[in-house]
Order: sequence, then structure tokens, then C-alpha cells
Amino acid sequence: MSVKPSTIERTIHVENLARVEGEGALYIKAVGDEITDVQLNIFEPPRFYEAFLRGRSYREVPDITARICGICPVAYQMSSCHALEQAHGVTVGEPLRTLRRLLYCGEWIESHVLHMFMLHLPDFLGYESVVTLAADHKDVVAKALALKKAGNDIVNFIGGREVHPINVRVGGFYRLPSKAKAKALRETLIKNREFAVETIRFMAGLEFPDFEQNYEFVAMKHPNEYPYCEGRIVSSSGIDIPVEAYLNEFEEIHVKHSTALHGRLKDGRTYLVGPLARVNLNFDQLPDSVKEIADEIGFKIPCKNNFKSIIARALETLFAVDHAIDILENYDDTPAPYIQIADKPGIGHGCSEAPRGILYHRYEVDGGGLIKNAVITPPTAQNQPQIEDDLRHFFPSVMEKSEEEATLRCEQLIRNYDPCISCSTHFLKLKVDRST
Amino acid sequence: MEPGPYDIGLVEGSISTPEEAERIVQVRKECRFLVTIGACATSGGIQALKNWADVEEYKRIVYASPQYIDTLDTASPVAAFVLVDFELRGCPVNKYQLVEVITALIAGRRPQIATSPVCLECKRAGNVCVMVAEGTPCLGPITHAGCGALCPTYGRGCYSCFGPSESAAAEALCAHCEKTGTSKPTIVRMLRSFNGYLEPFKQVGDKYERQAVNN
Repeated sequence: MSVKPSTIERTIHVENLARVEGEGALYIKAVGDEITDVQLNIFEPPRFYEAFLRGRSYREVPDITARICGICPVAYQMSSCHALEQAHGVTVGEPLRTLRRLLYCGEWIESHVLHMFMLHLPDFLGYESVVTLAADHKDVVAKALALKKAGNDIVNFIGGREVHPINVRVGGFYRLPSKAKAKALRETLIKNREFAVETIRFMAGLEFPDFEQNYEFVAMKHPNEYPYCEGRIVSSSGIDIPVEAYLNEFEEIHVKHSTALHGRLKDGRTYLVGPLARVNLNFDQLPDSVKEIADEIGFKIPCKNNFKSIIARALETLFAVDHAIDILENYDDTPAPYIQIADKPGIGHGCSEAPRGILYHRYEVDGGGLIKNAVITPPTAQNQPQIEDDLRHFFPSVMEKSEEEATLRCEQLIRNYDPCISCSTHFLKLKVDRST
Repeated sequence: MEPGPYDIGLVEGSISTPEEAERIVQVRKECRFLVTIGACATSGGIQALKNWADVEEYKRIVYASPQYIDTLDTASPVAAFVLVDFELRGCPVNKYQLVEVITALIAGRRPQIATSPVCLECKRAGNVCVMVAEGTPCLGPITHAGCGALCPTYGRGCYSCFGPSESAAAEALCAHCEKTGTSKPTIVRMLRSFNGYLEPFKQVGDKYERQAVNN
């Protein structure tokens, strides 16, 4: 008996997308051409940060929230500091705000390079992992590691150590490092700059699935600079709000299959945060040195193919290298490392551009300096419904391929979002059920 | 998990869900040496703060549908469930110490990781003591070495990413902090951060909390 294609049921089930931190799985079910279910399950153990921040001193917050992520602790520290400074009615001005941008440059470089070369590139070039990729492309991997290390060096310089920096405090820094160290760091960055340029050309030469979506891009926007910690929250469809209005426009919902809350617009639409959203919404703020190369490789905005987020990461890496070189040229270690803050009750909001997209924090502080309430909305939670939506639209185009190939392409799509290091590693068990 | 046996198993993260409590037993069986890396696996980490709280309330604070959340009431060190051959401290760990542990296990010798306090590293670095000179509370005298006395080098007190050192005199240090003006609730918070569930931090922290409540 022959079976019409439309009645064939196909299930792709990837049980373990990850290791201990950030555990996830992928489940797709299709009947014929119709996708009936897509779930990116995140079953990472619940961690309760917002709960145990209650009753802690606001001064401890940047040290605690840094621990949410080992790849982007700076993002958590910066969003926390900005929110808590607002709650106390103070603003950190020059030169400290520029040094915060320097710290953030370091985090973007280390995170972007890690994701581009170690996690995402193997998908494009058909390798099982960066280890097997390195066997054929030793030179590229070695240079990538050197560039990543230059990013680590920046975080180390101003933050005290590359993971969970200790030199960040609400109001500024504990101590400013010496000029001599700044000079050495600047030379390291200049040495690695050429590879950052090569990276853009290299990524532009990859083969990209033809997959454009009408995304709602959401990012920060600042009138004078490419965004890090300050500015308004804007979108491709015209949202333009101050950070304080974030919770009026966006919401988090809790679905059964995930311990990560799902972000969405209040009207129910999904949205995309991260490098592609930033580049699309802030292209005019990139320096000429980056724009020229974007032009050379034919990168045009708006780019609606998130597989090309790897190019956006490469552009942002060069931006971060150049920006850091500029900041270090004028570095001065003599100003006061922080501003004084007096305890007072208040509410503050902070938003900064983590490597993976906007990271929103809100705190309520009592008069004794203790936290009454905390809200933290990480980028991956905001992107998760968009990832599922992408999979729903993308899966039909790979349905006819072998199980291995179809799964690989779906994983590659998930990695477009750089969800977190453990979600992006290459080991998967796949279960496909076919019933006719 | 791919079936073993493995020579060395490196475990990160605390045990905080029923599924993890089962899995760690299997991991132990498959590994000749089991090494925990980092504060979470070694002390329960920052998540262990829920051990002092009502977890049902925590679920309600963070999640709109708490009934979907499956979690143990405590976040515990791996050693609370299985035998651990070596515990590597730190949040984050010191990468050179990690290399030393692996090298030593391969060579069949004991890892050479100092168990002395941060205070000693700080003296060797030639720092001016933040506690003596500025009255800043510092956990350096009772914290396991390994960071190179990073925080005091930057002019701030140690907050014990590496947890208690061997024979840490936590009670004596806290008494000194109290005498020099640190409040009891602040002392409780100092002890209960990234390694608060390890002794003697737990015991002394609990004592100060009782005193703070009674006052």
C-alpha cells in the first residue's frame, strides 16, 4: 500500500544539546509538510538568582550577578551597575564610562571569537568540532586563539581577571591599572588587528543557507556611539523607548518545557536580539574602518538572514578591537576610580548589550542599601521563542535530507543565536521516529 | 553519557535536582579519579543560598508557573553524594591549578595545591593590608589560596571565591570584624556567598544570624 507523503509523520528529537550548565534539547515533529511541534527545551537547573539577591547589599550585586555567566560576566556587571546607580540617582561620567566601554570591548572580543571559530565555524565547514577543524586549519585556529586572548587581556587589565572580574563596583572601579600596562595591551591589540580584518573576509566567504525572515530586531541605540551600556531600546518596526519602559513593552512567560523564561513583545510577537540586530539598527555608528570592510564584502543592511550573524560578530569584533585601541591611546591612570554613592531608597533600570543581545536588569533598593526586588532578563531567554519560530520555518527546507544532515542544519540554526557555550557544543544524540 | 571507564572525571556544578543526584552516582562508578572543579561542585556555590530559604517561595519569586519546576530543596557539593578524590576550589578556578591537578593524576602523584590562606599570598605580594590600614573587612585570613590575593591587590577586601582555607579561624576573624564596626547581618552575608555552605563558614554564619535575630 502506498502512503501519501502528507501523512508521513517525522520527529526529530535531540535529547541532549548540552553539558552541565545550560542543558537543552531539541524536539521537532512534522506530519507531511506541516510542522506540528517545535520545542527548544531548556532544562538547566533553576538557579533562583532573583530570589537570593533579595536582602543582599547592592554593593555585592555586581559580584553575584557576574556568576550567572562565565562567558559574559561583564554584561551582568554592567547592567547591574547602571541599574543600581540609577536607583541611587547618580551617573558615572567620563573618564570612567569610557573605561567601562573598554571592559565591554574585551568581553565582545573573547565571546565573539570563541563563538565564531570554536562553536559555529565547524558547522559551516563540516567538522565535528574545533579540534578536528584545527587539524586542517591549524593556522586559523591559532590566530583565533591569539585574538580571543587579546580580548581576555582587556578584561584582565581593567577587570582584574578574565572570568568574574573583581575590579568592578557600583560607581566605577576599585583601582585603575597603570599606564605601562595599558601601553603593552594596546600593542597586543594592534598586533592582532589584521586577523580581525581577515576574519570578516573569511566569514563573508562561507556558504549560507538561503533563509531570510521578517525579524523584529531589537537593540540599544545611542546618539553618538555604537551601543554598550547606555541609550534607548529600539526596534526595526519602530519601538523607541527609554530603558525604564522595558517592562511595558516586553514580557516574559513561563512555558512547561523550559526553565528559561520566554521573552516576547506584549502583543505576543517574537523578536531577535544580538549582533545581527545591533548591526542592522546601529550600522551608522560603526567607524569608517569597519564600514569600509562591510562595503568591500558586500554586506548590506538590513540583513535578514541570521546565519549571517557570524559576519555581524566579525564586524563587531573589529569594531571592539579598534575602539579599545583608541581608548587605550588616551588612557590615564590618575583620576578617582569611582564616584561616591550615598544609601537611599529607589528603583533603577539598566540595560546593556551582552555579546548575545540586550540584558535588562531592574532593582528596588531600600534605605539601608539592601535589595528588595530584582528582575533580570537575559538575551537567550528573549531569543528562545524566536529560535523555535525559526526552526518551524526552516525545517521544511531540510526535511528531505538525511537525519544526520537535517539535525546538523537545525543545530547550526540554533547556534546562529550563540545561546550559550554549553548549548553550542557538538555532541548530540538524535532520535528520529518515523511512522507511516 | 558515553560508557566508561574514564581515567579522570571533572565535575562542575552543584547537585540541585533529583536527576543530578542520580547521575552523579553513575559518573562516580565510571571514573577512576573524580575531581570537582569550582565552587559550585565543591561547596554548592552561590546556589546553595537556597539551602537557608523556603524553596517554594523562591520558585514563586522567579517563575510564573512554579509547578513546572523540579528541584531539590538544597544545592549541595558533589562530596555530599559520592566520594571525591580531589576538590579544586575557586569561582572561577585557577587554570594553572587545574593543569597541575591533571598533570599530577596522570603522573600518579599528589597535586601540589597550597591549602594556606590568601593572607599569605597577599603578604608575599607585598600588599598593604586593607584590614589593618583601612579597616576594610577581608576574608583573606580564612580563605583558601589560589587567586594570588587579587582583591586586596586592587584595594578591596577578599570575598572568598575560594572558600575556607585549612583550619580557618572563622570565628576569631568575625569577632575582630565585629569589634572594628562590621554589623552582624553584614558578617552573615560575607560568609554566605560563593562558599557559604562549607564549614566553618556555615556554622559561624548560622551563629551570627541567630545573634542578629535575637538582638
